[in-house]
Amino acid sequence: MSHLSERPAAPVVGRTLPHESASLHVSGAALYTDDLVGRTAGVLHAHPVQSPHAHARVTGLRLDKALEVPGVVRVLTAADVPGVNDAGVRHDEPLFPTEVMFHGHAVCWVLAETLEAARLGAAAVEVDYEPLPSLVTVREAIEAESFQGAQPVMVRGDVAAGLDRATRVFSGEIEFPGQEHFYLETHASIAQLDENGQVFIQSSTQHPSETQEIVAHVLGVPSHAVTVQCLRMGGGFGGKEMQPHGFAAVAALGAALTGRPVRLRLNRTQDITMTGKRHGFHASWRVGFDDEGRLQALDATLTSDGGWSLDLSEPVLARALCHVDNAYWIPDICIHGRIAKTNKTSQTAFRGFGGPQGMLVIEDILGRCAPRLGIDPAELRRRNFYTEGQTTPYGQEVRHPERMELTWQAVLDQADLAARSAAIAEFNRTHDDVKRGLALTPVKFGISFNLTAFNQAGALVHVYKDGSVLINHGGTEMGQGLHTKMLQVAATTLGVSLDRIRLAPTRTDKVPNTSATAASSGADLNGGAIKNACEQITQRLAEVAAARLGVPAASIRFRDGMALSSDPQEGNHADPAEPHGISWEDLVVAAYFERVQLFAAGYYRTEGLHWDSTIFQGHPFKYFAYGAAAAEVEVDGYTGAYRTRRVDIVHDVGDSLSPLIDIGQIEGGFVQGAGWLTLEDLRWDESDGPTRGRLATQAASTYKLPSFSEMPADFRVSLLEHAHEEGVVYGSKAVGEPPLMLAFSVREALRQAAAAFGAPGTSVHLDSPATPEAVYWAIEQARAGGDTSVIEHAADHASRPAVPRDGHRVDGHGNGRDGASVDGTGAGHASATRAHAIPTDLERGAYPATPPAQVKR
Amino acid sequence: MTATVNGQAQRLDVPAHTTALDWLRGQGLTGAKEGCAEGECGACSVLVARPDPAGGTRWTAINACLVPAAALDGQEVLTSEGLGTPDAFHPVQYEMAVRGGSQCGYCTPGFVCSMAAEYYRPGRVTAADRAGGDAELGEDGELGEDGELGENGFDLHALSGNLCRCTGYRPIRDAAYALGLPEEGDDLARRRTEPAPAPVSTRYATETGSYARATSLREAIDLLAEHRDAVLVAGSTDWAVEVNLRGARPPFVVGIDRVPELRELRIDADHIELGAALSLSEIEEGLAGRVPLLDQLFPQFASRLIRNAATIGGNLGTGSPIGDTPPVLLALESGVVLASAQGDREVPLSEYFTGYRESVRRPDELIRAVRIPLPLSPVTAFHKIAKRRFDDISSVAVGFALRVEDGIVTTARIGLGGVAATPIRATRTEAALEGRPFSREQVRAAAEVMRSEGTPMDDHRASAAYRSAMLGTALLRLHAEHLNREGNPA
Repeated sequence: MSHLSERPAAPVVGRTLPHESASLHVSGAALYTDDLVGRTAGVLHAHPVQSPHAHARVTGLRLDKALEVPGVVRVLTAADVPGVNDAGVRHDEPLFPTEVMFHGHAVCWVLAETLEAARLGAAAVEVDYEPLPSLVTVREAIEAESFQGAQPVMVRGDVAAGLDRATRVFSGEIEFPGQEHFYLETHASIAQLDENGQVFIQSSTQHPSETQEIVAHVLGVPSHAVTVQCLRMGGGFGGKEMQPHGFAAVAALGAALTGRPVRLRLNRTQDITMTGKRHGFHASWRVGFDDEGRLQALDATLTSDGGWSLDLSEPVLARALCHVDNAYWIPDICIHGRIAKTNKTSQTAFRGFGGPQGMLVIEDILGRCAPRLGIDPAELRRRNFYTEGQTTPYGQEVRHPERMELTWQAVLDQADLAARSAAIAEFNRTHDDVKRGLALTPVKFGISFNLTAFNQAGALVHVYKDGSVLINHGGTEMGQGLHTKMLQVAATTLGVSLDRIRLAPTRTDKVPNTSATAASSGADLNGGAIKNACEQITQRLAEVAAARLGVPAASIRFRDGMALSSDPQEGNHADPAEPHGISWEDLVVAAYFERVQLFAAGYYRTEGLHWDSTIFQGHPFKYFAYGAAAAEVEVDGYTGAYRTRRVDIVHDVGDSLSPLIDIGQIEGGFVQGAGWLTLEDLRWDESDGPTRGRLATQAASTYKLPSFSEMPADFRVSLLEHAHEEGVVYGSKAVGEPPLMLAFSVREALRQAAAAFGAPGTSVHLDSPATPEAVYWAIEQARAGGDTSVIEHAADHASRPAVPRDGHRVDGHGNGRDGASVDGTGAGHASATRAHAIPTDLERGAYPATPPAQVKR
Repeated sequence: MTATVNGQAQRLDVPAHTTALDWLRGQGLTGAKEGCAEGECGACSVLVARPDPAGGTRWTAINACLVPAAALDGQEVLTSEGLGTPDAFHPVQYEMAVRGGSQCGYCTPGFVCSMAAEYYRPGRVTAADRAGGDAELGEDGELGEDGELGENGFDLHALSGNLCRCTGYRPIRDAAYALGLPEEGDDLARRRTEPAPAPVSTRYATETGSYARATSLREAIDLLAEHRDAVLVAGSTDWAVEVNLRGARPPFVVGIDRVPELRELRIDADHIELGAALSLSEIEEGLAGRVPLLDQLFPQFASRLIRNAATIGGNLGTGSPIGDTPPVLLALESGVVLASAQGDREVPLSEYFTGYRESVRRPDELIRAVRIPLPLSPVTAFHKIAKRRFDDISSVAVGFALRVEDGIVTTARIGLGGVAATPIRATRTEAALEGRPFSREQVRAAAEVMRSEGTPMDDHRASAAYRSAMLGTALLRLHAEHLNREGNPA
């Protein structure tokens, strides 16, 4: 067992504890960024002027009338930017654009004494627009060959040979939309000036260091002049990984120019119309199976809808490609990826980060092909699981493939699947107007940022003379319970009780150069760093204790608020009844007087990772998280309305650091995934009318999140037992993202229930999201004989390409950035801002000036 | 103006159009949050002391983002901070905290307030004390129709207006179902036995807008005569969305939600009269099952938070083609009682709407009441087609009220929402049913007629084709359910 994963006796990790802020949450005492407004004097409020066009040139901007509105103090425009007018890391996101790229794009920002005055001021700003042609759907972009960024290809083996070898070959398409994060707390920043022009920004950000970097380059100051703090977020889900930076920069710019605190909080309409979402995808595919249903080959092209700027689209696409296999061995495979450039919000990170989109492609394929193959869908899935010694298409050995089989079997047992399947068959036989479906789906999800460099973290641990401990780390708290776990890690390592430890808010002046709290990696990375810091301290304290106790320092253990000369439970102490030790408090005081350093900066980096994005090969993930879900639904044949009757989940979180937190992540992730797949319906105006490109579902009243009515009536979640993960902090595994993809079970159950309205063996295509309307049409399709959109190919023509590839085949990758200007939109901007950007890039260092198809995560 | 917040009297001195939420947050009570500003998410939920039918006080959860701050004048408000503190939890806060009911915590104070209202609901009876409780068991032996009633009598629908993006709700449900009954010495429980604050005749004028609360019908009519541009506001659940999200800034707002003449519920021999300013929750409680069709509607009408504020008069007054009460009230052949200085006049609801958000109501009139004629037709159903089962806006809504005598449909009244510029009656379908047997063949024929009623549109809620299809299946579903109830499987 590795030192990192080994747990001491009676650890605080592994205990079932409520969220560390639960008592503040329930009493309304927990503070979020915008709660600080009333606690800050002299605040100015910011309000955007938003574009009414999907794509237009700004030909005139007149502020006079806005400045006449009582209470308006200033209007921020491009001319006010002392540094770089850009809010992104790829320099394709002008903060104050001269060409608006989507409906709702902010042209400029009004600062006023009240929010009402700022709103009225914004309404009084006069903007002249010259409308330009726009691309709103991913299909329009494909048609126009409007792509941006890298076009990677992931290849293993010979897909043509694989398709030729296959005895059953099918092709089809799927298109599915994105998802709005709908964190309950919208984006918020408050910026104020410290002495000497330094800026202090409180921001609802998952990535304080990058917020800091963007603010610094907009203001044209070094990073050390900008401090970003995040108290906590009211939900993030990836939506605050990249998107907060520009808003923080506007607030900071306002503060720098006026000398007053500036608050920028988006209301829901602004948030949903201005910020990026999960990427929708289009996929066309050709798949081959052998007679037993074993996957032989997959040839597919995945096109993500990136929106107007690159943002995180490249790494999202990379993760989609890396998860198109999900849990299945596909010997010969060729997946092309590309990013459509459309006139929409800049699509971004969202829990799963492309993984769900990649997996949806293969799960949809299996769900549609199983009836054609005459194989039960669950059996088809299981038959294709990875086994020991096999590798992913990108060349990483699949470690612990037996855990997939274990979780699957555990779900079969827990869900009493055989008996219930029989009961459902009987129910369906005796009911004409209502049908049930029960589906199982697996998840295998890679943990680590694809980009190796991001897999590092820092922490700062202080022990004060009274023995109390203050910890700081680079991760942010957005509800996922990271801080709870970090407190448990610190208490375990220091051997003190939780009430001795406090965790301070995340700040860039405490821990620098942090990675985003993202990729499910928060606990792995920051936990490693905190453990390292605590161990530096205990090693020093052990010397002090050892001298006092007259034993070797190596024999000192820290537990229960004591430094003990050895662990009594190990039985090697002379008299177990009388532990030979010194209390934590006494030891700390003694160490102080002996001039022993009582604080430490911890550091962690994940070992053993490598990734070459140019050839799409490597070992990008530390390990895989496994899970399986069984969902039962009931569908009404009159309306397509449905209910999720029961869900069983078995998920692999390693040895859980904090079971209540982990189960909460699994349940919450599952319901959020089910929301994406069944309910949440992003509708953009695709017409040629005056509101083309406008998001039609831009409010909670029209964009429906799961509510109590979507919670499975019977919801049973278990953690996989004996799941110790070697080489990860206290044997645990990441949990934030993987459970979201367990929700494929709901979609597949709906497909099966809809198919039950047709003859046995009917295959149906189910639109995504599977709203009652979509399910109703699937039922009608089943009644009419089933899906005709999947084509079966005669074996001798099997290897013909599934789709035209628009001329960029295997050489598609690597020509990344230049692709961004392929449609001409924004090209002028990009070059103008890039010229400014180069010195900042070098200064910031984190991003090479001209990265070859840079891939994050 | 003053309001009592968490037991402390506070001066209410705010700019016009300030919401109760913004005012409370400005007072440092930042527990209540703005998540959507349109009453959909419940993050702003607070408790207000409202009169209950017995003369005491009901702790009523509402969306603070939808209430004008001026409407709190003289009222009593409780926020999550007033329920308990990190050192002294309220039982609701305790259960939420220890069961993992909060993750990011942003929605939590709102959930706590909605949950507290249900905790203090006088009618909440535990399973042990519930007489004939078996009658409420659902198909799978769960309590309530869909397992949405706890052993402790907690009705999960109390939380239908609160959204959580983190937990997936299971731990929140567990917290709700773990609650006991209020204990001896609970001040908030005791407060229920004392009267709620009386409405205050508020007059609040600023340069950018004024608010006046009418405390009698006469006063309301006079205010309407004086201020022809006045906006009448009761629950404000629709109007506040215009204010919050679309920048509506009316110069004069008249609050009519506490006008006694608009708050009567009477059951006479030949009709039921529902005061226009009664909230949906008050009507639900006051009718106590007297109108089964309305009982089908209530749980599907927005959320408990909205039903606690939204009024039946308001739902007609907004004139929306997708309001949920009109299809039902059309099926019930309801009348609308309009009051003005000249007195009352009653208009059949089927003649009330004249166009998209337009009606026969004159500018000097207000809706005083809704009248439902008696006796009621016995075969009724409300079908709401929407994306989400709780708290959604309908794509199509259908209200049915049929009388079937000796197997023959003697009267058929069908109200439709979402398929035309106004709520409409499906008169051709009614004609196709009446005088004919309520048989599978006749129903199928009528269903085809119904499929072609109205002029459905494509929008982000549903396609026109789906709306028509739903019209086409509604009658088949009604018939099948009718046969099932009669004990004859379809």
